[in-house]
Amino acid sequence: MNLRVLYFARLREHFGLAEENVDFAGATAADLVAQLQARGGVWAEELAAGRAFRVAVNQDIVTLDAILPDHAEVAIFPPVTGG
Amino acid sequence: MKILVQAEAFDLGAEVNAISQGHTDIGAIASFVGLARDSNEGSGVQAMTLEHYPGMTEKALAALVDEARSRWALLDVTVIHRVGRLLPGDSIVLVAVASSHRGEAFAACEYIMDALKTRAPFWKKEETPEGERWVDARVSDDAAAARWTDS
Repeated sequence: MNLRVLYFARLREHFGLAEENVDFAGATAADLVAQLQARGGVWAEELAAGRAFRVAVNQDIVTLDAILPDHAEVAIFPPVTGG
Repeated sequence: MKILVQAEAFDLGAEVNAISQGHTDIGAIASFVGLARDSNEGSGVQAMTLEHYPGMTEKALAALVDEARSRWALLDVTVIHRVGRLLPGDSIVLVAVASSHRGEAFAACEYIMDALKTRAPFWKKEETPEGERWVDARVSDDAAAARWTDS
């Protein structure tokens, strides 16, 4: 399936990428994170176990066991710091 | 209800007047304004830039305002959050809540700010004499948001 994946704040800067289309063969948000980690480098570093990041699917924050629908808009970003 | 994400400054007085105009059932309006400070974590802060996730930001703010309205009897709510580059002393966020009595207004205003701090997709980047840095989320913000689910 195909996903539109967005990155924000520190992750956007470190990845050097604001958004991309990802061809995804897995099922859950955790599978997507694992697929991105496998790219190595900054991807492995920022998405390593124990690093704080959040995942939103179609603009709702989800837990890593969430199932990703085809053509979902998935966003990965650091914990929020507004207000 | 009014929820805005904007670069422009806002006027607290004008927003409070807009809420009360023509409404004689309102007995209390509680408001909160967050400002950009000139220091954080022991460093001077010369400016900050607020990034957000267009689309999700408005959706997340609307969701937490709805939660507040289901918890307390509220007559009106205004939330305005600024984005872009801000200087020390600039306002960042406004929450104003109207109700018949002060208890609901105070509680809902604090609830909305606590929820916004942990769930609305905004990120601050500070300019300091040592360079630029992204602000880390605070554990105290998670604790402040969590106390509303504990009670």
